[in-house]
Amino acid sequence: MLRTLGRYFNLFFITLFILVGLSFVLAFFFPGDPIFNLTGRPLEQLPETPYTQALADERWLVAFWFYIQSLLDGSWGISTISGLDLFDEVSTLLPATIELSAYATIIALFIGIPLGFWCGLKHHGKTDYTFMSISMLMSSFPIFWLSLLLILIVSLQLGWLPMSGRLSLLYDIPHYSGFILLDIYMSDHPYRQEAFVDALRHMILPTLSVAFLATAVFLRTTRRAVVDILEKDYIAAAQTRGIPFWKIFLRHIMRNALLAVLPLLAVQVSTLVTNVMIVETITEWPGLGDWLIQAIYERDYTAIRIGMLVVSIVVVLVTLLIECLSKVFDPTQEQFS
Amino acid sequence: MRNVRFAFILCTFAIIGCSEQRTASTIQSGIIYCSESSPSSFNPQLDTSSTTVDASAHQLYDRLLEIDPTSGKPLPGLASSWRVSRDGLTYSFQLRPNITFHTTDYFTPTRTLNVDDVIFSFARWVEPSHPYHQVNGGRYPYFDSLNLRENITHIEKVNHLRFTIRLRQPDASFITHLATDFSVILSAEYAQSLIQRGEPERIDHYPIGTGPYKLSYYRKNQYIRYIPHTQYWGELIHSGPLIFDITPQSSLRLAKLMTGECDSIAYPSQAEINYLEGRDDISLDQATGLNVGFWAFNTSKAPFDNVLVREALASAIDKTTIINAVYFDSATRSRSLIPPNSWAFSVDTPETEYNPVRARELLAQAGYHNGFSMSLWALPVVRSYNPDAIRMAELIRGYLAEVGITVDIVTSEWDNFRAGLDRGEHDSVLIGWSADNGDPDNFYRPLLSCDGIQSGTNRAMFCNLEYDKIIQEALLTTNIDQRKALYLQANLLIAEQIPLIPIAHANRYKVFRKGLRGVMINPYGGMRFGEMHKVPSVRDK
Repeated sequence: MLRTLGRYFNLFFITLFILVGLSFVLAFFFPGDPIFNLTGRPLEQLPETPYTQALADERWLVAFWFYIQSLLDGSWGISTISGLDLFDEVSTLLPATIELSAYATIIALFIGIPLGFWCGLKHHGKTDYTFMSISMLMSSFPIFWLSLLLILIVSLQLGWLPMSGRLSLLYDIPHYSGFILLDIYMSDHPYRQEAFVDALRHMILPTLSVAFLATAVFLRTTRRAVVDILEKDYIAAAQTRGIPFWKIFLRHIMRNALLAVLPLLAVQVSTLVTNVMIVETITEWPGLGDWLIQAIYERDYTAIRIGMLVVSIVVVLVTLLIECLSKVFDPTQEQFS
Repeated sequence: MRNVRFAFILCTFAIIGCSEQRTASTIQSGIIYCSESSPSSFNPQLDTSSTTVDASAHQLYDRLLEIDPTSGKPLPGLASSWRVSRDGLTYSFQLRPNITFHTTDYFTPTRTLNVDDVIFSFARWVEPSHPYHQVNGGRYPYFDSLNLRENITHIEKVNHLRFTIRLRQPDASFITHLATDFSVILSAEYAQSLIQRGEPERIDHYPIGTGPYKLSYYRKNQYIRYIPHTQYWGELIHSGPLIFDITPQSSLRLAKLMTGECDSIAYPSQAEINYLEGRDDISLDQATGLNVGFWAFNTSKAPFDNVLVREALASAIDKTTIINAVYFDSATRSRSLIPPNSWAFSVDTPETEYNPVRARELLAQAGYHNGFSMSLWALPVVRSYNPDAIRMAELIRGYLAEVGITVDIVTSEWDNFRAGLDRGEHDSVLIGWSADNGDPDNFYRPLLSCDGIQSGTNRAMFCNLEYDKIIQEALLTTNIDQRKALYLQANLLIAEQIPLIPIAHANRYKVFRKGLRGVMINPYGGMRFGEMHKVPSVRDK
């Protein structure tokens, strides 16, 4: 098991190194001066450091070494458009994105997986066909359109929910963690309760939009896994031995089906991140996706570089983490590694 | 086989039960205004863009005088009374006593407003040697374009609430300049403390004024939060915060207005206004605006330095169609720079007719038989004077293609766009002007005088000494008929030289939710939230 962990650790660092290298090279592919693209300032305005010295002398390999150092100590340069420090920007925005993705994933898991079990157990029945058709429809629904439709119907026509942002700007909630519900809970704002309800109301539409597709995927994957397991010999064996079905379900079906679902979650991470970015842009959720797309629109190359790096690191990290977990939990996979 | 444990970490939402519903009056009385862009600073002395003016002039600051929106006459502001000497050269002012500056987490004032603050606010742009003159760019577009600096000889303190301003030559519009959005009064004490801390550039980004609101927080491209200045000297009806929700997309602003996320929005487009007319929760006010949308040629560049080319371009486009397509029926076609509701307007100003055949002839005469290619900069934001510059640019591109000219439409983010114009990178630009005061000089001088090039208001880069002489003369007299005759001369010169083609004077709209009270359409400049307040609305759904 330690060996498996070690291998994942290695894999993570090698991928990270390649990503950092790519982000460094990207500064040369973007139009304009690479030094400006890396730091957000022209060379003359930079403070005298070994890093800027290496950049000035065009000793790129040395500069790359210092670039890695600067990434590690949080001096990521400034945005070329707004002039704001990128590290501060990302650290305020990333929690918002994580928050949205986490809530959506939780909702999708809690709806998708139980429904998947149900459909799997009743496969080729009426319920199964109904849910399979619905989930087919759900997974082929373009997410930007869904998000727009929800806004159009729920916000504009019915006026039930706000359509943009994370919290009404009237509430002045100080920034502690970046996770809005936690921040409201920790603040001593006189209208804390109203703010909390308001934040929840803001959360519903974006979370549902992101969770929509993910639910369908979880449902289908879980159903497939359950159906596969039901056809296994050991299930038939258990049945012939007269074990009650609920016992078979708890001891054999559920455990084995979930083991099959876990690695598939890893594949879903990048789709989830993409969807979150789209929904953020449409609903003006102040997260990394909205910010990155704005940066692309304004050709803010320093921000694009950092945004790309952060998003890909998050994707790689979460994907590897889930894969690693599934390896650790699943003894059948361990044998082959 | 080893035992494997599953650990699902469940996050539980604990929605606090509604044990005690507090009255949410203060928080709900906050006003949210969906603005179109981020201000470049919080000092309207530095920037004539209406984004900056809306975010600062009437919210954070006061002026010596105000303009009565109905009569156009000056009213007392920070100055309770004023007198003009018989020769029109000396202006004496008496300030109101006990006017307090904002107390914020970055500055606590120790004294109330006095003459030193007024002198500081003027000296900053008048004296090039003033320690604050070069801070944050050293450009004061409104004052520079009017060349006011040259005309002020000195400002003299009589006592701590009385002062006089002496002019070099009489200026019929001087008093209105003091009432414009740009003549704000800053705090000299704050400026002094910033110098001591070695951070003078903070003065325009962390503002201190005497206005009805003070700045609480600003996040670029996101929002601006203001809180009421409780010791405001004037009447303060509104007790909640004021928020500018920066929403560049026009359709998104409209949607937010409909869902109640904004109480009022900046620059609704014409198509959207028609859509709003049937709704009973949204009010719509309109009035003819003191503005002009135009197409300016960069006369400092070939081939636009050739008057034949400019005339050819003017005859190549059909203004009527363009106006109908872009403004629908919410604008007046313009003949000259000033709108028909100004006293200096004259119907005798000639206009270039739409005539593509003549346009081709003129181009041939100028030596461009096969046409040429040019850039057309279309302003990226919605302005009252031009609700959809990109569409207008596309129409113009169609017309010019017919006379053999290839047009490349250029547009970018507003700050970059204006920086490009300042550098004179454009061949031609679709832009416009909204008046800051009712005086016609406010159109003629900034838009086309030689000084306007330096201050970035003369986008035609037009410099004609004869023109400058005419508009200068028009200021030396207070006789309305004489001034009218001189402005007609200026109109004739513009019609002959065509540095720009005036297109339309658009109506001004204010769109706001029914709960917002005290909204006034002020033809002179920016938004005034100090006069507004909100009554908590009962949701009918």
